[in-house]
Amino acid sequence: MIKKFDKKDEESGSGSNPFQHLEKSAVLQEARIFNETPINPRRCLHILTKIIYLLNQGEHFGTTEATEAFFAMTRLFQSNDQTLRRMCYLTIKEMANISEDVIIVTSSLTKDMTGKEDVYRGPAIRALCRITDTTMLQAIERYMKQAIVDKVPSVSSSALVSSLHMVRMSYDVVKRWVNEAQEAASSDNIMVQYHALGLLYHLRKNDRLAVSKMLNKFTKSGLKSPFAYCMLIRIASKLLEETEGGHDSPLFDFIESCLRNKHEMVVYEAASAIVHMPNCTARELAPAVSVLQLFCSSPKAALRYAAVRTLNKVAMKHPSAVTACNLDLENLITDSNRSIATLAITTLLKTGSESSVDRLMKQISSFVSEISDEFKVVVVQAISALCQKYPRKHSVMMNFLSNMLRDDVSCGGFEYKRAIVDCIISIIEENPDSKETGLAHLCEFIEDCEHTVLATKILHLLGKEGPRTPSPSKYIRFIFNRVVLESEAVRAAAVSALAKFGAQNDDLLPSVLVLMQRCMMDSDDEVRDRATFYMNVLQQKQKALNAAYVFNGLSVSVPGLEKSLHQYTLEPTEKPFDMKSVPLANTPITEQKTEFAPVATSKLPEKPGPTRQDIYQEQLAGIPEFQGLGPLFKSSEAVQLTEAETEYVVRCVKHTFARHMVFQFDCTNTLNDQLLQKVMVQMEPSEAYDVLHYVPAANLPYSQPGSCYSLVSLPEDDPTAVSCTFSCTLKYLVKDCDPNTGEPDDDGYDDEYVLEDLEVTVADHIQKVLKPNFAAAWDEVGDDFEKEETFALASVRTLEEAVGNIISFLGMQPCERSDKVPENKNSHILFLAGVFRGGHDVLVRSRLALADGVTMQVTVRSSDKTVVDIILASVG
Amino acid sequence: MKMDTLMLEPSLYTVKAVLILDNDGERLYAKYYDDTYPSVKEQKAFEKNIFSKTHRTDSEIALLEGLTVVYKSNIDLFFYVIGSSHENELMLMAVLNCLFDSLSQMLRKNVERRALLENMEGLFLAVDEIVDGGVILESDPQQVVHRVALRGEDVPYSEQTVTQVLQSAKEQIKWSLLR
Repeated sequence: MIKKFDKKDEESGSGSNPFQHLEKSAVLQEARIFNETPINPRRCLHILTKIIYLLNQGEHFGTTEATEAFFAMTRLFQSNDQTLRRMCYLTIKEMANISEDVIIVTSSLTKDMTGKEDVYRGPAIRALCRITDTTMLQAIERYMKQAIVDKVPSVSSSALVSSLHMVRMSYDVVKRWVNEAQEAASSDNIMVQYHALGLLYHLRKNDRLAVSKMLNKFTKSGLKSPFAYCMLIRIASKLLEETEGGHDSPLFDFIESCLRNKHEMVVYEAASAIVHMPNCTARELAPAVSVLQLFCSSPKAALRYAAVRTLNKVAMKHPSAVTACNLDLENLITDSNRSIATLAITTLLKTGSESSVDRLMKQISSFVSEISDEFKVVVVQAISALCQKYPRKHSVMMNFLSNMLRDDVSCGGFEYKRAIVDCIISIIEENPDSKETGLAHLCEFIEDCEHTVLATKILHLLGKEGPRTPSPSKYIRFIFNRVVLESEAVRAAAVSALAKFGAQNDDLLPSVLVLMQRCMMDSDDEVRDRATFYMNVLQQKQKALNAAYVFNGLSVSVPGLEKSLHQYTLEPTEKPFDMKSVPLANTPITEQKTEFAPVATSKLPEKPGPTRQDIYQEQLAGIPEFQGLGPLFKSSEAVQLTEAETEYVVRCVKHTFARHMVFQFDCTNTLNDQLLQKVMVQMEPSEAYDVLHYVPAANLPYSQPGSCYSLVSLPEDDPTAVSCTFSCTLKYLVKDCDPNTGEPDDDGYDDEYVLEDLEVTVADHIQKVLKPNFAAAWDEVGDDFEKEETFALASVRTLEEAVGNIISFLGMQPCERSDKVPENKNSHILFLAGVFRGGHDVLVRSRLALADGVTMQVTVRSSDKTVVDIILASVG
Repeated sequence: MKMDTLMLEPSLYTVKAVLILDNDGERLYAKYYDDTYPSVKEQKAFEKNIFSKTHRTDSEIALLEGLTVVYKSNIDLFFYVIGSSHENELMLMAVLNCLFDSLSQMLRKNVERRALLENMEGLFLAVDEIVDGGVILESDPQQVVHRVALRGEDVPYSEQTVTQVLQSAKEQIKWSLLR
C-alpha cells in the first residue's frame, strides 16, 4: 500500500487526486532513477513534480534526505529536456534552505544564465541568486550587470528582481549596479521598467535628493507601465509627506495628473494617495472623490470595493466631501458583495443626515449575519460614532446592537462581541436615558455568554450602575443566576456585584444577605472568600465600611502589595501591617479612542504586566544610596529639559517618596565624537529643599542612554512648601573619541551644559486614585477637616477649559465621569480623588459656574488637616 | 498615521500569498511569500478560514484577518491572491487574472481540478513566472504561457501516434462515464 501512487491506481479512482496519498519516503526512493543512464525525462519530471508537490503541502524534509535528493537532481542537468530543466530550477529554489551545499549547482546555473536558450536564462538567474551568498556574489557580479541590461525582457526582469531580493544581504555590491538599473528603466518593456524603478528606489531611498531627482526625471519622461506609475505615485506621496511639501508642489501636481491616466489601477492609486495625505482641503480632495464616485458604478467588484473603502476613509475626516457620492453609495447598499454593501452603509451613516439613520440600520440588519467578523466590527464602530453624533438616536442603535448580540449567540468571535458590549457600555455612559434599556440588554446577554472576560466586565458594570437605578431588584435575579451557572471567575464577579446592591439599597439587604449565605457554600475558595468577606462587612451596616470595602475597594498596586507583605513577613514585628506603606496603583490613563480602520485587531490578551511605576521602584531599589526611602509614592511623566535635537538630550522623571524626592535624569549623548564620563545634574533649589546626594552616570557613550540621579529631602518644618523650582546644570568630563571606532582619548576635560529649570508642583505630591462611588467615599472621609473657598478664574472662558486646568494642576483623578462637561450647561460639578504623599486620602468637590469668566467653589476633604490647607493654598 | 505610512511605503513586494484550493477547501497549491503565516499549521488554519468565508459567494474580493483577498472560482477550483489591506486591490486583481488566464490557456480552457492535477508542473512553472518572492514578475498571460513553454501536452493531435490518440480517447470516455 505504500506505493499507492501508480498510473494504474490513479485510474482505479482512489479519489481523483493522483497526489493524494503520496508518501515522502516512497517518492525519495523513486528519485533514485535520477542516477540511471540514459535519463528518462518524463519519469524524472514526474518525480520532481511530486517532490515539489510534497514541499508545497508543507511536508517536512530532513537535511540529509533533502541533500541526497538534491544531489541526485543535479545529474538531471545532463538532459536537454526543457521542462525538466525548468523543474530543476524550481527544485533548487524550493530546496535552497533545506539542503546543504546547494552552491554545487552554481556553475551549471551560470552556464544557463549566459547561454543561448532564452527560456532558461531568466529562471536560471532567479535560481542562482537564491543560492548565492555574499562571498559568491562578487564572482557573478559581471554576469548580473550584463543580465540587467539584456535586451530579452524576461532576463532583465529576473536580474532586476533578484538584485532587489539580494539588497538585504549585500547592499554594497548591488549598489554598484545602479547605472545598469538606470539603463533598464528606459526599456520599452513595461515590466522591466517597473522592476528597474523598484530597484532604483530601494537603493536610493535613504538619499532624499537622489529620490527627488529620480522622480523628477520619470515624471517628466513618462512611463508606460501602470505598475511603475503606481510605484511613482507612492514614492511621490512619501516624499511629499517627508518634506512636508505643500500641495502646490510639482509632486502633488503629478499625483493629481495621474487621476486622468488611462489605467484604472493608476487612477485609483492616485486617488487613494490624495485621500491619505494629511491636511488635505476639501477642494484638493474633490477630484479624487469624483473619480472614486465613478468607480462606485464599475462592473468590477474589486474596483467598487476599493472605491467605497477609500470613500469610507475620507468620510472619517471629511464627511462633507463624500456627501456628493451619497446617491452612488445608496446604489451599493444592496450589492451582492456584502463587504461592499457594509462599507457603503457605514459610509452613508457618517455622511448622511439623521433622518436616514433608521432606513440604513434596517438595511444593514437584513444581511448582517452574512458578513465577516471584520466588517461586523466596522458596523459596530460606525454605530458607536453615530451615537456620539446623534444622541437622540440611541434607542434605535441600542435595539440594533441587542439584536446583533442575540442573533449571533453561537457564531461571532470575541472581538466582535467585545465591540458590541463596549459600544453599549459607552452609550449607557453618554446617555443616562438609555441606562435601563442598555443594562437590560446586557443582562440578557450574560445569560448566554461564553466569554468570561465579557461576563465579568458586565457584572462589574451592573454592580456599579444597577443599585442606582429606580428598580434595582430586577437585576438581582440575573446576577444570582451567574452564581449558579458559571465558571469560578464569573461567580466571584457576581458575588461582588451582589454586595454592591446590598450596600446601597437597605430594602434589598436582607435578601442579598440570604444569597450571600448560599455563596459561602461555593466549591471555589475565591467565591467563598468574597462571600464571607462581604457578608461580614454588610452585616455591620456602617456607611463608612461599605464605602471603603464594597464600593471603592483597594487602590494599591497589586505587585506592590505583594512585595510589601512579603517584606512584612520577613521582619518579625509586633506592629500591624500598615496599608499606607504600600505603593498606590497608577490609574490607567484611559485610552484615546483610536480611529478605526478595518485591519487586523491585535490578538494580544491584556495582561496586567508590571506598571511603569513598579519598574521604577525596582530600578531605584537597586541603587544603594536610595535605600530606606520607603515605598515609591509617585513617578511623574518625563519632563524634557533640553530642546529637541541638541547635543545632549536630557529628560527628568520626578520620583516622590514619603519625605524625599529622587530626580532621575535620562541623558543621551548625540555627538558621535565624544564620550562623556561622571555625568551628573547639579541642582539649585529655590525653596528650603536640600540636595542630599548625587549619583552620577559613570559613562555616557554616543547614542546609548544613561541615567544619573539626585536625592533631595523635602522641608520637614514647612509641610506646605510643596512647590519649588530647581535650576539645573549638566556637569561631565568630556573625552574626544574616534567617531568610527568609538575609541576615546586618554585625556579629557570638564565641561557643563545649562538645562532648563525643573518645577516641582503640588501634583507631584498627589497620586491619582479612582473612586468608583464618589459619594460613598465623600461620606467615608467625613467633614472633620473640611474647608471651602471660592475663587474667580477670570482668564478662563469655558467650563471645559476650567475642568481641564484644575485636573492637570492638582494631578487628581476625576470621578463619576465628571471631567466631561455636558453641552450647553452653565454650571458643573467636578469630583476629584487622590492620595496625598504620606497616605492621606484627599477629595475635592469643585462647583463651577460660568458667567463672565468662571467662578469656582472648592470644597476639600481629607483625613489630614495639613493636606486640606496645602490644597487650598496651592489653588489660591 | 502609522497606518498611512504603512500604506505608502513604496515597494515592489506586493503579493503575500497565492493559493489554489479544491472544492473541499483542500490545498492544491499554496505559496506564501512572507512571514505572515510562518508555520504550516497557521497557513492551513488561514486557508480553512478563507475557504469557509468565500466558497459560497462569488464576490471576487474580501477582507479577512486584516488582509485583502481577491479570488475567483471555476468549476471545482478556487484561486486566491492575498496582499496587505493597504495594497492596491487592482494590482492583486491583475495577478489573479494573469494566473487564471495563463492556466486557462495552458489547460485549453479546461480549468478544473483533474486537468490541473495532471499539469502540476505547468502550474508550478506558471506561478514562478508570475510572482517571484512576492514581486509581480509578469502580468501578461501570453508572456507567461510563452515562457513556461510546456511541450508534451501541447503536441497537436496530428503529431500524436494512433495509439496515443486511442489511449487518450479511451481515458476521456472512461472519465465521462465515471463522473
